[in-house]
Amino acid sequence: MIKNLNFNKYYKLFNIISVVLVILSLISILFKGLNYGVDFKGGTLIELRINDNQTTISNLRSAFNNMNLGDVAIKNFGNDNDYLIKFVKKDRDKNLIQNIKKDLQSNIGPVFEFRRVESVGPKVSAELLNKGLIAIAASLGAMLFYIWIRFEWQFSLGAIIALFHDVILTIGIFSLFNIEINLSIVAALLTIVGYSMNDTVVIFDRVRENLKKHISIKIFELTNISINETLSRTIITSATTLLALLSIFIFGGEILKGFSLAMILGVIFGTYSSIYIANPTLVYLKVSYKTVVKEEK
Amino acid sequence: MLKFSKINILITTLLSIIVIFFTISNFTEFEDEFVNKKINLGLDLQGGSYLLLKIDNDPVIVKELQNKAISLKNVLKENNISIFNIRVTDDKKILFSINKKDADKLNQLFNDKNSIVNPYFDQFKSFQFEIANQEGNFEIFFSKYGLIQLKTSSLDQAIEIVRRRVDEVGTNEPNILKRGNDRILVELPGLDDPMRIKNLLGKTANLSFRFVTQTDEETFGAEELEFEDGSEVVKVSKRIIVSGENLIDAQPRMDNQTNETVVTFDFDRVGAKRFGRATTKGIGKRLAIVLDGKIISAPVIQEAIVAGSGQISGGFTFQSATDLALLLRSGALPAPLEIIEERTVGPGLGQDSIKSGLSALLIGFILVITFMLIKYRIFGIIANVTLILNLFFLVGILTLFEATLTLPGIAGIILTVGMAVDANVLIFERIKEEIKNEKNQIIAFDAGYNKSRNAVLDANITTLIAAIILFFLGSGPIKGFAVTLGIGIFTTLFSVYFIARLFTSIYVIRNKNKEQLI
Repeated sequence: MIKNLNFNKYYKLFNIISVVLVILSLISILFKGLNYGVDFKGGTLIELRINDNQTTISNLRSAFNNMNLGDVAIKNFGNDNDYLIKFVKKDRDKNLIQNIKKDLQSNIGPVFEFRRVESVGPKVSAELLNKGLIAIAASLGAMLFYIWIRFEWQFSLGAIIALFHDVILTIGIFSLFNIEINLSIVAALLTIVGYSMNDTVVIFDRVRENLKKHISIKIFELTNISINETLSRTIITSATTLLALLSIFIFGGEILKGFSLAMILGVIFGTYSSIYIANPTLVYLKVSYKTVVKEEK
Repeated sequence: MLKFSKINILITTLLSIIVIFFTISNFTEFEDEFVNKKINLGLDLQGGSYLLLKIDNDPVIVKELQNKAISLKNVLKENNISIFNIRVTDDKKILFSINKKDADKLNQLFNDKNSIVNPYFDQFKSFQFEIANQEGNFEIFFSKYGLIQLKTSSLDQAIEIVRRRVDEVGTNEPNILKRGNDRILVELPGLDDPMRIKNLLGKTANLSFRFVTQTDEETFGAEELEFEDGSEVVKVSKRIIVSGENLIDAQPRMDNQTNETVVTFDFDRVGAKRFGRATTKGIGKRLAIVLDGKIISAPVIQEAIVAGSGQISGGFTFQSATDLALLLRSGALPAPLEIIEERTVGPGLGQDSIKSGLSALLIGFILVITFMLIKYRIFGIIANVTLILNLFFLVGILTLFEATLTLPGIAGIILTVGMAVDANVLIFERIKEEIKNEKNQIIAFDAGYNKSRNAVLDANITTLIAAIILFFLGSGPIKGFAVTLGIGIFTTLFSVYFIARLFTSIYVIRNKNKEQLI
């Protein structure tokens, strides 16, 4: 298919780009913040479908603004008749949803249905956020552990830097474009961690094999050879995974949009980072034949 | 790697038939219960309501401490220890003081494993209470395990009451589970408006019959209580004549004389006796019927009620009378419940999610198999047949375990479709490399399988690790994703090494003399 590309020529260039992107992501995450959904922020979400053509978003806005719910965010969801309404109300009234239904009925008439209601209390949302962070940390830790058993520390370090790179960039893009972070995004991030690792490990397996096979070749060249040897696999697997994810993104409905977007970004970053983050790390750490053989004694 | 024993082939075939059978069983009905298995649809797909309730144990703890204070007084008196100034504080402690000379005696009483005042839990190796002594002033508070034991028993009681109430409403296969030591999860499939259940679960349903009084000179004290409709505030004695515990039945009825909806109730023997005595003595007085601190009604007693039954009228609609009767029948919760998380999906959205999920699966599947066919031709067919069987395996296993399929779960299946070909790709690419240096096709294929095995396992184990963590830390629908992703890895490895390899070996052995097999 593709013969011997010089990936290693651009190690430095792409490393610089990656560092810049990671810094930009971190700046965005720290200063612009993340758009947490009700899962993590608490509050109430209502997915509303309007069954007539008269009611507009401004009708809805004025109706909801009169209900004394605090800041109400209303936006279209998928198509013109579906809306997503979100608000955080501090005092929790157990008849809240019922009252909103009543108020809305007297305001715009019985032309709507609640397709989905999610209401998360502040304690639960804090726990969910906590659990999500623990899950991400645990998966990073577990990957570190696994690769530490399977490979030498230089490889572990390269793979872990690549993982952080992928996760930070994905979250950074979500922050920059203000895309909602909810439970399914955490699931996507964990899967990205798995995928990115998977991609890196396949190349690393080859690097290690080649280190033993071609003792005289320097690691700088060797990583390039290994990347090239596994390149068709890298491309095909990324392609089929992306095809499946694109299918979810386009046809899988609104609820899976954020999830599949995060996964698509993660697969792209994961593929890129295996080549341009994980492998250069081996070069910088001066991995050689000795690194692998010493360990095996 | 290309050799297969007959037994191997037989087992693979048998397993394949079993899982294909269970996949199909989703779409048919069988008489036999064991084979009539179906994948459960999660609440996000079939519609329904998910409620997480938190039990507020503070009142239980305070009540328990108050009881303890009373029994403590008695026990100390029996042991000739004078006790002063005993009280229950806001931070859940009993404070009291005794004479210094009695301190040892008291400590002995408290640290005796057969003590009645301070029960010892063998399973925790801990007493129920801890005692702290400061210069003759004592503090008694729940030990860590005492508190756990109390919370567990209050949760057990609460879950029982919740179950009764939910069952009485008669929803379709509710699922009621403990979560941690103070939470109850209620899943109500098919319920798109949980309002009524929420109302029923939001009430403690503490019922008491107490006299309305004018004076403060009651021995038990009195308190001002409001009517439920807010019409009146009256002073009610704190002495409880009969409580809801003594009710054995309650039903909504239509009163023939007044044409009003009422709730009739029956007392047990103890309740009937007490109620009879009180109404005999109290003719002409008002009897308040108090539910959760609010008066439902306070009729004047016209005559002694000794039959052990009566009725409550309070301007009910038929619905509210039905609900009150239900609450009274199911009994009082040990402590108030608060709904801390609620997720409800209407049936319309659930249907739409199934539709879009399945179409994404179908389209993703077609895209992937087309890609593989173009890329690998004959081996593409092998990979695709493997992929189809892999899907059957995945769905079959989910059915066999009657797992719950959620929307993210469907996404997990689609992702499996995308990633499952990876293993075959790794192997095929390796074989291609091996063929460059090896004339003998069979040896090359064998080497391809052998040398790619590490990479295949590594690649799948990393994804599996992510899936396992997600399974243990994820909640609800996300768990469904972890399940399909995780099982998908096993079915992928199985189908690649047992099915694809079998097809490959048959093909290669038949065509070993051809040039460029792959």
